[in-house]
Amino acid sequence: MSAFDWITQLLYVAAATCFVLGLHLMNSPATARRGNQVSMAGMVLAIGTTFALVIHAGTVTATGWTVMIAGVLIGSGAGLYLARTVEMTAMPQLVSLFNAVGGGAAALIAINDYVKLAGSGVTESVTIFTILDVLIGAVTFSGSIIAAGKLQGLINSAPVTFPGSRIANTAAAVVGIGGGIYMIATPSVPTLIIIILAALAFGVTMVMPIGGADMPVVISLLNAFTGTAVAMAGFVINNWALIIAGALVGASGSILTKLMADAMNRSLANIMIGGFGTGDTGPAIEGPGGDVRSIQADDAAIQLAYAQKIIIVPGYGLAAAQAQHQVAELAALLEERGAEVSYAIHPVAGRMPGHMNVLLAEANVPYPQLKEMDEINPEFARADVALVIGANDVTNPAARRPGTAISGMPILDVDQAKSIIVIKRSMGHGYAGIDNELYVNPKTSMFFADAKSALTELTAAVKTLVG
Amino acid sequence: MTPELLTDIAIFVLALLVGFEVISKVPATLHTPLMSAANSIHGIVLAGAMLIAVTANNALGYILAFVAAAFAAMNVVGGYVVTERMLKMFRKARTPVPAGKPPAQVTGNGQAAASQSTGSKA
Repeated sequence: MSAFDWITQLLYVAAATCFVLGLHLMNSPATARRGNQVSMAGMVLAIGTTFALVIHAGTVTATGWTVMIAGVLIGSGAGLYLARTVEMTAMPQLVSLFNAVGGGAAALIAINDYVKLAGSGVTESVTIFTILDVLIGAVTFSGSIIAAGKLQGLINSAPVTFPGSRIANTAAAVVGIGGGIYMIATPSVPTLIIIILAALAFGVTMVMPIGGADMPVVISLLNAFTGTAVAMAGFVINNWALIIAGALVGASGSILTKLMADAMNRSLANIMIGGFGTGDTGPAIEGPGGDVRSIQADDAAIQLAYAQKIIIVPGYGLAAAQAQHQVAELAALLEERGAEVSYAIHPVAGRMPGHMNVLLAEANVPYPQLKEMDEINPEFARADVALVIGANDVTNPAARRPGTAISGMPILDVDQAKSIIVIKRSMGHGYAGIDNELYVNPKTSMFFADAKSALTELTAAVKTLVG
Repeated sequence: MTPELLTDIAIFVLALLVGFEVISKVPATLHTPLMSAANSIHGIVLAGAMLIAVTANNALGYILAFVAAAFAAMNVVGGYVVTERMLKMFRKARTPVPAGKPPAQVTGNGQAAASQSTGSKA
């Protein structure tokens, strides 16, 4: 190894160190921003080192420089624009899109390497890692684009199946893997193209049947795939920086996938095979067995105004109604009155892991008030009022009994609170499609309204009440 | 199997283990920024995309270099900027509301505000 090689390789090691330290600093909201900056510094180092490598190679043609720089500028511009303008509610789509382009780029690297080497003979290990990279990268690319389309509402977010969709999915998998095995024995570029097409088809048929509320799992899984694809690209071009960074992302995505699946008490296989439905707007039906007590803003305001400890339970309905600013305003008012306000966040509230926290942080809610499920559950018994907004299945006590669609799913112990107010448009069902026993609890009052107008009314009512 | 490949595999496995260890300590509150940060880290694929240009000398090579560079640059730049934007919003205390109100100090203030305005009883 020449001195130049030594230096560049050591700089890559330094960059990888920055990535690990950056992720480590994300263990607390107080240091997370510094973590991101450390990670960014590592990235600048890695890209700078690569730039030096490219110059040092001295083989880049004028056209090569032009396409590379044009690509970087156009891509950076697009990324910058999207990152600056995206609404926080649209964050899952953006993350999905970045997964898509990351996975796509990883696949292209291996394709380029393979096509170049195909004439002069490729080693078996390069072929194997090329196949893995192309398979995972292409699946991530098409799957993430479908996921982003579903989240953005461009594609029906309900599980989309057509006759034979399961067969098409299986066929794509068989062709992809079969083609890969054939390619190890007989290197050929046409086979590579068939594998790419099969993997793209597999990505589409994999994500189409998955419902909207299962998206936190899908995004996490695709995130893990992207990381793995990048690591495989690192094997193909023998670059440690890509291998380490890819492995870190693969680990992160896998952990999040497991946490999300656990929070829904469903196996990954069950989710991939297809959800119950999207359930965002269940059909409005009459109340289940038991009396439902309906109240108006004034009554709810009285309960809230005289409560000492209030726990707010936000769900996807809150985000869908874009009411996070209204809830923060109401909470601030109640706090001014001396009440203790906190938020109980279920792991799958929102459309990606941790999504609800970002929405509330944007609405100026201080992070110490955002409580995780395990932390807040013992506190419900001491709460004067639990205010449930747009959350359904995650509050249903039926999950504690066996024999229901959500049995075993970890829930927020809302029914332990001294009184409960539920803001909801109708008695409609949640994702799981079952009645919520919380609504017929004698302690519960139902405030039937859209989250945003309900919260505005409530805030106004509390204000008139207290002057 | 070359010794080089063995080293690569060892690095991959160790990095996975480090990843599991570090990331399992991230609180649920930060899971969205975590995923976005992880997203930015896989933007390292830009390094690989740039290296395509080193050997590109025909139309296919140029197209691949261009598309890969554009994809990867979008990933890395967008990822870091949006993560930073999100993390900036996580505050320990509520920032003071700029409208005429003095920073709220619980009960006393509430009473004062009440007597100033409509005068209705709390």
